[in-house]
Amino acid sequence: MSSGLYSGKKIDIDTTLDLTRLKPYGDTMNDGKVQLSFTLPVPDNEIAVEAAKQLAMKMGIEEPIVSHHASLDKSFSFFVVYGNLSHVIDYTQLHVNSVDVNVMTMDETDLFIQQNFGRKIKVVGASTGTDAHTVGIDAIINMKGYAGHYGLERYKMFEALNLGSQVTNEDFIRKAVEFDADVLLVSQTVTQKNVHVQNLTELVELLEAERLRKRFLLIIGGPRINHELAKELGCDAGFGPGKFADDVASFICQELAARKQQN
Amino acid sequence: MATLKLDWEKVDEAREAARQIAEDTSAYTRQFTTTTVERSICRLLGIDGVDSIGVPLPNVVVEHLMSRQLLGHGVTYWLGQAAISLGKEPQELAELIAQGELDLAQIDSVDPFEVQLWAEKKAEEAVSRIHINRLIREERLRGYGDHSGPLLYVIVATGNIYEDIVQAKAAAKQGADVIAVIRTTGQSLLDYVPYGATTEGFGGTMATQENFRLMREALDEIGEELGRYIRLCNYCSGLCMPEIAVMGAFERLDVMLNDALYGILFRDINMQRTLIDQSFSRLINAAAGIIINTGEDNYLTTSDAYEEAHTVLASQFINEQFALQAGLPEEQMGLGHAFEMNPELKNAFLYEYAQAQMARQIFPNAPLKYMPPTKFKTGNIFRGYVQDTLFNMITVISHQRIHLLGMLTEAIHTPFMADRALAIDNARYIATSLADFGSDIEFREGGIMEQRANEVLDLALDLLQSIRKDGLFRTLEEGRFAGVKRPFEGGKGLSGVVSKEDQYLNPFVPLLLEESREGSERYHLNKIQAEEGEKYE
Repeated sequence: MSSGLYSGKKIDIDTTLDLTRLKPYGDTMNDGKVQLSFTLPVPDNEIAVEAAKQLAMKMGIEEPIVSHHASLDKSFSFFVVYGNLSHVIDYTQLHVNSVDVNVMTMDETDLFIQQNFGRKIKVVGASTGTDAHTVGIDAIINMKGYAGHYGLERYKMFEALNLGSQVTNEDFIRKAVEFDADVLLVSQTVTQKNVHVQNLTELVELLEAERLRKRFLLIIGGPRINHELAKELGCDAGFGPGKFADDVASFICQELAARKQQN
Repeated sequence: MATLKLDWEKVDEAREAARQIAEDTSAYTRQFTTTTVERSICRLLGIDGVDSIGVPLPNVVVEHLMSRQLLGHGVTYWLGQAAISLGKEPQELAELIAQGELDLAQIDSVDPFEVQLWAEKKAEEAVSRIHINRLIREERLRGYGDHSGPLLYVIVATGNIYEDIVQAKAAAKQGADVIAVIRTTGQSLLDYVPYGATTEGFGGTMATQENFRLMREALDEIGEELGRYIRLCNYCSGLCMPEIAVMGAFERLDVMLNDALYGILFRDINMQRTLIDQSFSRLINAAAGIIINTGEDNYLTTSDAYEEAHTVLASQFINEQFALQAGLPEEQMGLGHAFEMNPELKNAFLYEYAQAQMARQIFPNAPLKYMPPTKFKTGNIFRGYVQDTLFNMITVISHQRIHLLGMLTEAIHTPFMADRALAIDNARYIATSLADFGSDIEFREGGIMEQRANEVLDLALDLLQSIRKDGLFRTLEEGRFAGVKRPFEGGKGLSGVVSKEDQYLNPFVPLLLEESREGSERYHLNKIQAEEGEKYE
């Protein structure tokens, strides 16, 4: 575990930032430093450490250092590895499909809705399928919101109905029609074995079968959701971690206003 | 241990209000039985297995009676008559019903006194099976010795019972004391208990009797290797609450989550149904020496942990009284609470500590279940590990008993083997480093913590008094817990509630109560002996 730590050997790297050859940063430009940890299903010994190093090298990590290894069980060992990533990315050529919206404050959003629609926008939200977690949908809808971002219930110009968890897709659609919703919000927290993908696919198919898909703005959210995935699944937008009620509210009113103009 | 100065008159008033709430509620629920209560009696009578299309035999028997509108007498009444007339065991009768070869409505009636005797004999057999399991646990705990301080509780949730076993054994070796097998999402809403060993699940593994047995066997094996008794936990909640209580009693589970309020608020299970189910479940848990875990901590995942702390305390008081009604002694009351305040809140640590300390003092003999931060875990594992460390400190210094370990990867995935190992390392480090901290300090009189604890107590007392006035049902209808409103006749499972007829027969209640009482006496006797033993060492 000595490689380079106190070595006086001069490392010859070009320290100018080149966005066409972007790599991780530790304490010197282009040093490529990364950390990772993983478990191997073998006993913790020298061979296991060597295996960890070689795996790191296969990932493109040069000079891997196994900074920590420990036995988790007779035949499981845990590793923390540091090293220099050899891979680079051309940052200038990247394109990401993200929700393109001007994020407004609650008051701005309320004013925007007042001016553009002259009525409240109706939103129905739920954590659908067998998913029992309400943290996500509560964070967006409930009055209190999350981390200082008030939820939609707090907005004057939203009428929000939170159906909670474990709502079947059929019930969800039925309630949305009854409520005469403009927007459907679906939260998916459990993603084991991609159950969220199956569930959302089913929702979109049901909406399409009942010719209701175009009637609603369909927005999904959750820790493993992003806009790209949402589009792929046939939804209108997807919000992942770090997005709050203001992001969702801003998207809703701006998107509905844009659609209104088109019609 | 350092103590906070609490207003004990208010504690007594709160307890009294909770007692009346529980009594008023039970006066209502006592008039009914449910499909799952009757199915759990089928299980106690020895009925197990599934029919040719996979329907569990307890469901077959209960649906048979339900469709003939005979369930109000209780399954024991009908099975007893059939058993006596035909000279068969309940399992054989269930199989005949499944094959369409027996109609319980067509059995010639038998002298009720004979049926009563048959029922008592069968009940004794079932309770003795539970009793033996209890003795095995007591003997192992005595043999290996049970450690004081927090019991380290970790979850396994692979969906596959065989993979769960690998994870559980590793966790036990790393130092876990309690292994909880998380249930697959949605099982709480199934109105039957799946059968056999299972290898598919989402976010958890099916609770089946065979899965319980497999995990128990694995933990006993590893416990023997380690010279420690490893406790097993599962969920006795949802629409099959009492049936799972029976399975847990038969397979020697040690800890079971059991909380009707949780099912009502977070699973939208009908309040009448689940409160009736809870009462029989707790009788079984109590007799089996199983520690129940209540779900108050969950209120704080939806509501604000600072503003709604008093709802947790109020619910603990109510859960305590419901438990006492079912003969469940203090040493089996794993009342729940949690460390869920916003990390940005100034002095959050002091408030969390004050509340944990207050709970410890108000329920001094209960093995309180303390839940780690989840709501404000962001996926930043480095900060997550610090949050868990603060939580671990409070657990240790305020002497919580069931210590659910937080995972640095909370909000990312169900725990990996390494996540669990890191969590156990953290907890052990804190337990060693702060071992006697809690007894070496004093709280400042009139300080932030003392004020906070008394403020929560005041609000809890107000809430309990208003619930006593309006009744538990109306309180739930109005959304005064966790901000969730539930109608009296809404939610899932109401159709399984049946009025008891005058001839209703359930021979288990007195026997289960007796078993609990004797078990608790042994517990206290052992405790005294162990303490005296220590003195002479």
